[in-house]
Amino acid sequence: MLTAILAIGILAAAFGVLLGFASVRFRVESDPIVDQIDALLPQTQCGQCGYAGCRPYAEAIAAGEADINQCPPGGEATIQALADLLGVDPKPLNAEHGEHGEKKVAFIHEELCIGCTLCIQACPVDAILGAAKQMHTVIAEECTGCELCVPPCPVDCIEMVPVKTDISTWKWPYPEATDQHRLVANG
Amino acid sequence: MVKLLDKPARIPGGLHLDAHKRESLRQPLQAAPVPELLTVPLSQHIGAPAEALVKPGDRVGKGQPIARASGYVSAPVHAPTSGTVTDVGDFPVPHPSGLSAPCVRIHSDGEDRWFEEPAGIDNPFSLDPAVIRHRVRAAGIVGLGGAGFPTSVKLNAGPERRVELLVINAAECEPYISCDEALMCARPLEVMQGIRIVAHALQAEQVVIGIEDNMPDAMHCLQKALEACGDDSIHIAAVPTLYPAGGEKQLIYALTGEEVPSQGLPIDIGVVCHNVGTVAAVYRAVVAGEPLISRVVTVSGGGITDPRNLEVRIGTPIETLIEACGGYTPEVDRLLMGGPMMGFSLLSDSLPVIKTTNCLLATSAEETPPPQPALPCIRCGKCSEVCPARLLPQQLYWYARARDFDKVQDYSLFDCIECGCCAHVCPSHIPLVQYYRYAKTEIWDMERQRRKSDLARRRHEFRLERLEREKRELEARRAKAKKALDRPKAGNADAKKAEIEAALARVKARKAGQAGADAAGAEQEKN
Repeated sequence: MLTAILAIGILAAAFGVLLGFASVRFRVESDPIVDQIDALLPQTQCGQCGYAGCRPYAEAIAAGEADINQCPPGGEATIQALADLLGVDPKPLNAEHGEHGEKKVAFIHEELCIGCTLCIQACPVDAILGAAKQMHTVIAEECTGCELCVPPCPVDCIEMVPVKTDISTWKWPYPEATDQHRLVANG
Repeated sequence: MVKLLDKPARIPGGLHLDAHKRESLRQPLQAAPVPELLTVPLSQHIGAPAEALVKPGDRVGKGQPIARASGYVSAPVHAPTSGTVTDVGDFPVPHPSGLSAPCVRIHSDGEDRWFEEPAGIDNPFSLDPAVIRHRVRAAGIVGLGGAGFPTSVKLNAGPERRVELLVINAAECEPYISCDEALMCARPLEVMQGIRIVAHALQAEQVVIGIEDNMPDAMHCLQKALEACGDDSIHIAAVPTLYPAGGEKQLIYALTGEEVPSQGLPIDIGVVCHNVGTVAAVYRAVVAGEPLISRVVTVSGGGITDPRNLEVRIGTPIETLIEACGGYTPEVDRLLMGGPMMGFSLLSDSLPVIKTTNCLLATSAEETPPPQPALPCIRCGKCSEVCPARLLPQQLYWYARARDFDKVQDYSLFDCIECGCCAHVCPSHIPLVQYYRYAKTEIWDMERQRRKSDLARRRHEFRLERLEREKRELEARRAKAKKALDRPKAGNADAKKAEIEAALARVKARKAGQAGADAAGAEQEKN
């Protein structure tokens, strides 16, 4: 009896030490959940979710403070991706935070711009180029379409223009699902 | 080392289709008339669109560069004839999207006068490969087989790579298309010299021309040209006629029995593949000094009165070619660019011919019947039997339909060459290739979005860091100013006096030093 307890005890202690050593020695830095959530967010940095940017929102989701349906620029696709990542049910976009619309970029009507730099200060990704009393312009490639520059402009010279599809960004449409209709009709 | 098979192998899958090539080969290759108005798109190749060099009102000569390459993977565009530039702007281009793209419009002056007389070279084989590449690039040559990849890039195998085998793709496998065959019959010597120039540029060890065994005339012409050249490093191999034996990877497999790795390039196994039309253009660019301003186009199908092959200036409206072939027949139903398997429908015949237009097909309703309604997949497996890339079209279909873009890539979606064999044999008429194209463009778009959001994240993080740093610096400055204000109050009067005196002494010393330096400087100037 005693031998058995002793044997099991020693074995347990030995494996415990081994596992303890392994957990320190072979430690794998796992991808923190905040980074994973942040990677799925569109990085518009618009703050429509109620947080100061995409990363704070990701932190809030990870902490369980925010819901996954507060990102209008991401829309259904982002909600679905977040739901898959976190293992929860997807839900429709919360209308309080805004609607998912087509992608736009800011455009400054340069003849109206007075060079006040207020939009430059508002831009979360430094995508507006200019200096005090100099005309400003938007680097369209870097604009996320967050619209944060629109309200501060004192002369309303910033317009949000939809991103035009050209040949390089054109996508083949989803084939018409005639077979699905037929299934429903037959069923 | 890649070895040529004694007898070309049969490619996996594939279909035996009616060739329909005789119709367009009854007439010899002719030059199409130069139209009054040409619309030349700036993006006729894979890669960055070219940048326009001309503006409305400019007079241009034939062969004058009108747009320059805007990157390594890009190609310049040249004026196809002499005339006046009327517009530089967006016009409809032949593309499945039906969208418009930047073009240069030229009103021909009818003189067809060269911008500068092309400067030829007598012995291209003494040239450095880099010089050949440069000439090919300056001539705006892109793959004329259909993909339109800039040829100069494909003439550079890279410093570490050795080209063991150059494959010349003359296996024009898609029905109706006969532009390569017409070119080989009409100008075999040009083709053969082009092949030798490309082989020289690549320093290729072996050269093989892969040609389908249903083109005996073209093979005979090439054989004679080869004898005339007396080059015994070039072989002509007849591959069994089977669609799509002319696919790059399929042809390499048929000739060597080796497979290009999944998502890899032929150069990964020491092979480079060029189309016959492309090598003929290389010949013209290097030996005659002519840029790529025309190509051979097949105009065929049951909707054309007198099908034939035409040498066409880039930018010629399609209707001009239809007219040159006697116009439409009453049976005409659809207009396609490319062949019946891989081509796409055009909505108008006023679109221009571009560098990658190999065939214009006006079909009757009988030849290309309207797509029948798709029925549910019955899992018959016929699609995987005919797939030349040995994929599982059915699995790709399920996942593409379910928009499961990770899974569809696990099944090697990007190895699909969109040949259309699977959809052709599908008893349920499922538009399989459309699903694959949809999935491919969706994945590319996701990749673009991801890159954009990564950039936005970096920019935002940098901004936060900058704001934080500015705040810290401001605070540091404030603290310093406060300290400077506090100090005199804290010290006694003597200390204050001493400080003032020290400052005065410093100023004096500096003035004296400056005066000395000025004097020295003045003296130096005098000397």
